[in-house]
Amino acid sequence: MKLFKLTFATVSALFVAFGANAESITVVSWGGAYTKSQVEAYHKPWSQKTGNQVVSEDYSGGLAEVKAQVESGNVTWDVVDVELSDALQGCDEGILEEIDHSTLPAAPDGSPATQDFLPGALQDCAVGNIVWSTLYAYDKTKFDTPPTTMADFFDIEKFPGKRGMRKLGKAMLEMALMGDGVPAAEVYDLLGTEEGVQRAFAKLDTIKDHVVWWEAGAQPPQLLADGEVSMTITWNGRIFNAIAQEKQPFGLVWDGQIYDLDLFVIPKGSKNKEAALDFIRFSTDTKRLADQASWIPYGPLRNSSIPLIGTFHSDPSIKMIDHMPTTEVALKNALQNDFEFWADNGEELNERFNAWLAN
Amino acid sequence: MQASQNKKNEQMLTSDGIPLKKKLSKSLFRSRLRAFGLVTPLLLLISIGFVFPILVFLTRGIYNDTFEKYMVNLTPVLAEWNGISEPTEEMFEALVLDLVWLKETKNIGKVASRMNREMSGSRSLFTSSARKAKKLEAPYKESLIKVKKKWGDLETWRAMKVTSHSLTPVFLASALDMKYTAEGSFIQKSEDRRIHVKLFIRTLEISLIVVIAGLILGYPVAFLLANLPIRISNLLLILVLLPFWTSLLVRTTAWIAMLQGQGVLNDLFVVFGIATDEDRFTLIYNKAGTLISMTHILLPFMILPIYSVMKTIPPSYVRAAKSMGATNWTAFWRIYFPQTIPGIGAGAILVFILAISFYITPALVGGQDGTMISNFIDYHMRKSLNWSLAAAMGGVLLVIILFLYWIYDRVVGIDNMKLG
Repeated sequence: MKLFKLTFATVSALFVAFGANAESITVVSWGGAYTKSQVEAYHKPWSQKTGNQVVSEDYSGGLAEVKAQVESGNVTWDVVDVELSDALQGCDEGILEEIDHSTLPAAPDGSPATQDFLPGALQDCAVGNIVWSTLYAYDKTKFDTPPTTMADFFDIEKFPGKRGMRKLGKAMLEMALMGDGVPAAEVYDLLGTEEGVQRAFAKLDTIKDHVVWWEAGAQPPQLLADGEVSMTITWNGRIFNAIAQEKQPFGLVWDGQIYDLDLFVIPKGSKNKEAALDFIRFSTDTKRLADQASWIPYGPLRNSSIPLIGTFHSDPSIKMIDHMPTTEVALKNALQNDFEFWADNGEELNERFNAWLAN
Repeated sequence: MQASQNKKNEQMLTSDGIPLKKKLSKSLFRSRLRAFGLVTPLLLLISIGFVFPILVFLTRGIYNDTFEKYMVNLTPVLAEWNGISEPTEEMFEALVLDLVWLKETKNIGKVASRMNREMSGSRSLFTSSARKAKKLEAPYKESLIKVKKKWGDLETWRAMKVTSHSLTPVFLASALDMKYTAEGSFIQKSEDRRIHVKLFIRTLEISLIVVIAGLILGYPVAFLLANLPIRISNLLLILVLLPFWTSLLVRTTAWIAMLQGQGVLNDLFVVFGIATDEDRFTLIYNKAGTLISMTHILLPFMILPIYSVMKTIPPSYVRAAKSMGATNWTAFWRIYFPQTIPGIGAGAILVFILAISFYITPALVGGQDGTMISNFIDYHMRKSLNWSLAAAMGGVLLVIILFLYWIYDRVVGIDNMKLG
C-alpha cells in the first residue's frame, strides 16, 4: 500500500515535471468560486496578453506542499495564493522568493504601488490581492426570525439544527468568545490567557454534539444546500456566489466576522520565476483587482481599485461594493485576524483544539 | 544411507569426468545467480524507494538538528551551562551573534518554528528580536531583555537548552503525550492536551472490531463459496471480487451517499418508520461510519484467504466424522473448523495490519471520534508541518505493529498461516 502510494507519487511528480514547460506557469489557489474569479480576472487576460499558459491548481491552504517542494528541490508551483500568516512564516523560513515592490505597477494617478496598497498588503515575499472574511451563513427556510448575532450561532434552542464549522482552531476560538459576548476588540487579549482559552472551549462545548466539521472551502455552501446543517461558518465570497448565482435561500450575518488578507507568493526555486513575477505584477494592478471584485465580493487591496468596483458579472442589479467585508455594516463588530497571535500560539491552540475534538 | 556410502567409496563422476558434487553446486550457483538477477530490480526498487526513505524519515523522530545547525555560536555555550544558574553575558552575546546572522541568511523562521514547538509563543520572540538584533549593543544581556522581557526568563533558556540537543527524545515523548524537561525527566502533559495515547488505543480498538466483524461476516460467505456448486460459487466470487477491484475512494464515497443524514439508508428508515424525518440516525462522520465502511472495504481480505483454505479441505473428513456418529455441530467444530484456522489467521492478520494504518476512509467518514492515528500523522505532515513528531508517531506505530506481530507468532505461529 505504502509502496504503491510512493510509486504513484513518483510517477505523478515525473509527469508534472515533464508536463511543465517555459511557457506555462502553475498558479495555485483555493478552488471553487474564488479560483473562478481569479481565472476570469487574472489568468485569461494575462494569457491573452503574453501568450503564456496558466495551469490552475487547487489546495486547501497551509505551507506544507510549498515546504515539501522547496526542500525536495522539485518546485512545480510558481504562484501560490496564501493567507497573511503563511506569507510571513514562509518568508521567515526562507521558502519563498523575495518580491521587489518597486517593480509593481503604479496607480492610474501615478502614485507608487507602495502607497496605493492598503496597510499590510505588501510584505517582503508577498503581494496582497484581496481581503476576505470568515462569518456564518444560515438557511432562510429553516427559521422564522433570522439570526443576527454571533451569539445566535451558539444558541441551539432558539435556532435549532446542525452547525457547520471549520476543523481548525483559528477563527473558531475567536468566534466562540464573540459568541459568548466578548467584544471584538478584546478577543485576542482574552485568548492570550488560560481562562480565555478555557472560556472559548467551554462555549464550543455547548454545541459540540451539533457540529459537522468541514475542511475545504467548497463544503459549507454544499452542506447548507443539502440541508445537512442549518447554519455554517463559511467564507463570505463562497456563500455570496451561492446566493447570487445559484439563487439559494441563504442569509449572511456580519456580526462577529473575522477578516484576513490573501496574498500571492512565489515558492523559492520556481522554475518560471520571471513569468510568475510578471503574472503577479499584472494581476495586482488597479484594473485587474477591480475586475476580480465583479466575480466575487472579496475586497481589492489597492485604494485605487475601490472606486472601480462594478456590478456582479451576471446580474447588473447587484452592486458588489455592498457585499464586501469592509462595508460599514460589516465592520460594526468585526475582528481582524491577528497573524502574530496565531504564529505564536497556533501550535499549542491547534493541539488543544485537536485534543478537544478527539475527546 | 546408500548415497553416503557411495560418497565414501568412490566419487561419482559425470560423463565429462568432473565430480558430480562440483558440477551440481556449480549449476546450482548459476541458477541461484540467475534467480537473484531476476529479483534485483525489485530489490533495488524496494530498498531505494521504500526501505531507505522510511528509515531516513524515521530518524527525524529522534534527530532534529535545526537548532544546532543554525545557532552555531550559542549551542556550544549552552552545552556548558548547567540549566540552573543565571544566564551569563557570554550566552547573550552568542545569542545576538546568531540572531543577526540568521536574519541576514533568512533562516530565522526555521529556528523560531522549532523553538515554538518547545515553548509556545517563542516564535515572535525570535523573529522580532532578530529584526532588532543588528542594532543591539553591549552589554547584550540588558539590551536584549529591553527588547523582549522573556529573554530574562530562566524558562526560555531552559527550553533552548532542551532544543539544542539534536539527538533528542522530545518528539517520541510528545508522541506519547509526555514532555521532556531540561533535567532529562519525562512528565505527563496536562489532561486537556493528551491525545496521542488515546488515539493509539482507539486505532487498535477500531482495527480489532473490524477484524472481528469481518470474521463474523466473512466466514459464512467463504464457506458458501467453497461448498456451493462451482457455477453459483463463481458468480458469488465475482460479487466478492467486484468491490475488491473498485477504487477505495469510490467505495468510501458510496458509503457517504448510503449513510449520510439525507442518504439512502436513512430515507429507508424514515419510510419504514424506524426513524422520524426530523430525527435521523447519525451513521456517518463518526466512529460508526468508520467501522461500517472499513469492515466492508476490508472484507475481501478476510474472505479470500479463508475461502482458499476451505477449498483444500476434503469433504470426506466431515463425512467420515458424521459416519462415526458426530452431530453436525461436532463435525464442524471438531473437524472442519480447526482446519480453517490457517485461513482465519491469515485473513485476520492481513485485515488487522491494513486496518491499523487506514487513512483515507477515516479521514472522509470519521468525523471527530472516528479518526485514527494515521490521520494525525497526516495532520502533522501536511498541516502543522511538525515532521519530526509525525516521524516519531510513525515509529511508535511501527513498533506496536511489530510487537503484535511477535505476539501473533508466539500464540498462533506465523508458519500456521496460509494465504492460499
